[in-house]
Formats: sequence, C-alpha cells, structure tokens
Amino acid sequence: MENASTKFEIDKLNLFYGSFQALIDIDMTIYTNKITALIGPSGCGKSTFIRTLNRMNDLILGVKTTGLVKFDEMDIYAVDYDVINLRKKVGMVFQKPNPFPKTIFENIVYGPKVHGEKNRDKLQEIVEKTLKEVALWEEVKDRLHKPALGLSGGQQQRLCIARCLAVEPEVILMDEPTSALDPVATSKIESLLEELVEKYTIVIVTHNMQQAGRVSDYTSFFLSGKVLETDKTEIIFSNPTNKKTEEYITGRFG
Amino acid sequence: MIKKIKQGAFYGSIGLLAFLVMISLLSIMGYILFNGVGHINLEFLTKEPRSMGREGGIFSVIIGTLILTLFSVLIATPIGVAAAIFFTEYSAGKKWVGPIRFFTEILAGIPSIIFGLFGFAFFVIFLGLGWSILSGGLTLAIMILPTLIRATEESLKTVPMSYREGSLSLGATKLQTITRVIIPSCLPGILTGIILGVGRAIGETAAVMLTAGSNLRMPTSLLDSTRTMSVHLYTLASEGISLEKTFATASLLIIIVLIINTAANAITSKYIIKS
Repeated sequence: MENASTKFEIDKLNLFYGSFQALIDIDMTIYTNKITALIGPSGCGKSTFIRTLNRMNDLILGVKTTGLVKFDEMDIYAVDYDVINLRKKVGMVFQKPNPFPKTIFENIVYGPKVHGEKNRDKLQEIVEKTLKEVALWEEVKDRLHKPALGLSGGQQQRLCIARCLAVEPEVILMDEPTSALDPVATSKIESLLEELVEKYTIVIVTHNMQQAGRVSDYTSFFLSGKVLETDKTEIIFSNPTNKKTEEYITGRFG
Repeated sequence: MIKKIKQGAFYGSIGLLAFLVMISLLSIMGYILFNGVGHINLEFLTKEPRSMGREGGIFSVIIGTLILTLFSVLIATPIGVAAAIFFTEYSAGKKWVGPIRFFTEILAGIPSIIFGLFGFAFFVIFLGLGWSILSGGLTLAIMILPTLIRATEESLKTVPMSYREGSLSLGATKLQTITRVIIPSCLPGILTGIILGVGRAIGETAAVMLTAGSNLRMPTSLLDSTRTMSVHLYTLASEGISLEKTFATASLLIIIVLIINTAANAITSKYIIKS
C-alpha cells in the first residue's frame, strides 16, 4: 500500500455484547485524509466496529472490548484515556439525521459551546463557515434561528455534518449517512465527502456498493464479525482476493 | 350494511358517553360558579375573615394557600426531577432501581391522610415544627413527589436515544448532555408533573389540617400555622358557617386552578414553538 500516514491502527479487536461476540480479531489501518468504506451484509458488525472508534459503544450495557485501538498512536481503550477529547477529535454522523430540537444556529454551536467557546462573533463565524463547508449556507442563511427540525431530511443530515465539523474534528465517522435520504440528497452528500476528505479522515459504513465504489479510497469487507478483506477500493471492486467478497459485491448474497 | 350499522352504533355510543362526561363536569363547575361567583367581590378578595369566616373576606386564606402550594412545589420539583434523572439516566442495569420505582408507584396511590399522619407525627411532633407552613409544605412535597417523578420519568423516556448519542459524539459530557439537551427537550413533561402536583397540593384538605393547622390569621413566617382554601371550604361547609362564603371560596379555587393550568399550557406551547 502507498506510503500514507495512519490515523487509526486496530489490532486484534474483539467485542462482546454479553456472551455474543460481535467483532472477531479485527485488524485494520485507517489512513489519514482518505475515505475508508466499510461494507458487508446487515448484522456483520460494521456499525459496531465504527462505534468502537469513538467509543460510542460505551453507552451500551454489557459491552466488553479486548485488543488494541490506537488513535494517533494512543490506545483509546486505556484506562486513563480521555474519551471526551477523543470524541472531540473523532466526530460522528448517524444513520438517521439527529439534529437537536433547537434552532439551526444552536445546533451548530452546541459543540463549540460545550467546549467552552462563548464569544458570540466567533460562534457566528463558525456557523457560517461550517454551513458553507456542507453547502447548506445559501439554503438556510435567512432562517438560522428557526427550528432545525423544520429542514428536509437531506438538509438535516448536512446540518449534522456541519455540527460535527464545528468541533474541528480530525476524523469523521459516518454510519450509513445516506440510507434515510433520497437520491438527490444522497448525491449531494457524496460530492461533499470528496471535498471534506481534503481536510478530514473519513470512515463510512454503507450498504450501497456503488456508493462505496464511487467515494472511497479503501474498502473493508465485513462478514459475521470478521474483516475478510481490506484493500484499495479499485482492487476490492475489480479483483478481490476473497471469493466471498466477490460474491457479495456482485450481489450474489447479502 | 351490517358493518355500517355497527360502526354507526359504536360511534353513537362513545359520542354519547363523551357527551355525558362533558355535561356532568360542566354542570358541577357551572353549579358551583353560578352559586359562588356572585359573592366574590373586592372585600372577599382583599379583606381578612371575621367571625370564623362568616364575615369579611379570605385574603389570608388565599395567601396561605398560595404560599403553602408554592413552598411544597419548590421543595418537590428539584428533588423529583433529580430522582427521575437518576432513575432513567444513571441507574441502567442496577438491580435495586426496580424495587424503588415500585415503591414510588405505590406512594402515588396512597391516601393523602396517610401522608398527613406521617407529617403530623414527624414534622409537627417529632421535629417540633408545630402546625406550620413548614410542616404542611414538607408533607405536601412528599405527597406530590411520586407524581412528579413519574411524569418526569415518562417524559425523559420519550427523549430519543439519538439526541444523547448526538451530544456525546460531539464530546459533551453526560452532565452537559442532560442539562443542555435532555432536560430542555422534556420540559413540557416536567411542567405537566408540576401542574399535577399543584393540583394535588392545592386541593388537599385532611393532610393539610393535620400539618399546617387552620389558623385564619395572615401568616408572617414559615413557622406560622395557616389555613388553605380547601381547608377553609371544608370548615365553612361542615360547620355550617356560611353557604355563600363556601361557594365563593370553591369558585375562587376553581378559578385559581384554571389560571395555573392555562398559564402552564401557555408556557409549554410557547416553549415548544420556540424549539
């Protein structure tokens, strides 16, 4: 593989929900300023995996994790690791757009405010900058102080991306960010990804093979809690090593 | 055809029942207001009672009612909201929460006189607070706590998990998530709990007599005994002091409860529109 710097280094990651093992011996490298797509059939563990990267699984009762997840060379599951700081650097966009029941403005400044930013001008600046980054500014600039829940699904999802960018993360995790959106909104978000990757490292879970093929640099194929294959996207889609990968990509199961 | 008749009969009978409920409620309210509103005048609202309430107004009683109710709600709200937050946000998977929640539910259904007896034995006698606003308010606070906890818990449960995830994923702490996202989005539910509590406190008679006494004079401190409108109403009626004043007091009580409810609804809907 090319000589890129790495953001995440995952080594023998295992995850258990009670007695059920959802992830088995995952090894993976996530490269800086690249888009890594995680594909695989439902229930294969890709969503569970992406949630280990910002320790979102901590919220679920009875989850046990073993192995190593290194972010910028630091083990994020170490006892004294600062989870708040991790989540500040590793943002997340969810499957269903989840803006807070607040105004558009308040949604964006939520993160900065939580991290202590009080300056009104600075907050205003953040709102404009992030909304422009997600190409939502022109659509909402006249109603920044209106409820975010009044936006369309696609706009809400771009707002959630902007909300995530407002914290100035290094990585953006996206858990099927377009599965609840129509094709037009989906293509907007996909073209957005291409711009965002200049500045951020992106990990995206997707059920949409074309999407993975279109947007990602690397692709990992998950099956039954294991990573069967990870490679450059063009290789995975043209010449996969594993027979199962080929079968899944060509639509023979999944 | 038969389906249509069944539909019609069903629609007709539930409509009739709803109508009966409306009629009986409206006639009770109407009867009391009809007999009482005419006797509410400036003197009634602003003067203190004379000769056991036969003459004069009920100013001190109105003040006593408002202070006692406000005091009990001020004590109960923070405790109730905190307890509900603890139950829903901080006690996932803890085994002892089940029994505590069960007892809270039982407490909500216990006759108020039991709370009155406890308040009398504990606050009035044991702590030596005597018949006072303090004893009465604390007793009422305990009495309305279960209602408040239930209402708050129910509204906390309706806050989608995705709000919590969204907040935490931005690097907010659990405390920030609770105070900045969760509580604001379930404020209407908390307010409903408070209104139910106010309703229960303001209408309480037996427990208040046992703990706050029935002093007709204007209270000057929290350690003074006072008489609430419900207690006054009961006394006027049971001792046959004055039917006019009884109805006037009852009418005013209805009006005050209506005002509190309307105000709370207005606040809630204004808040919902804003977000």
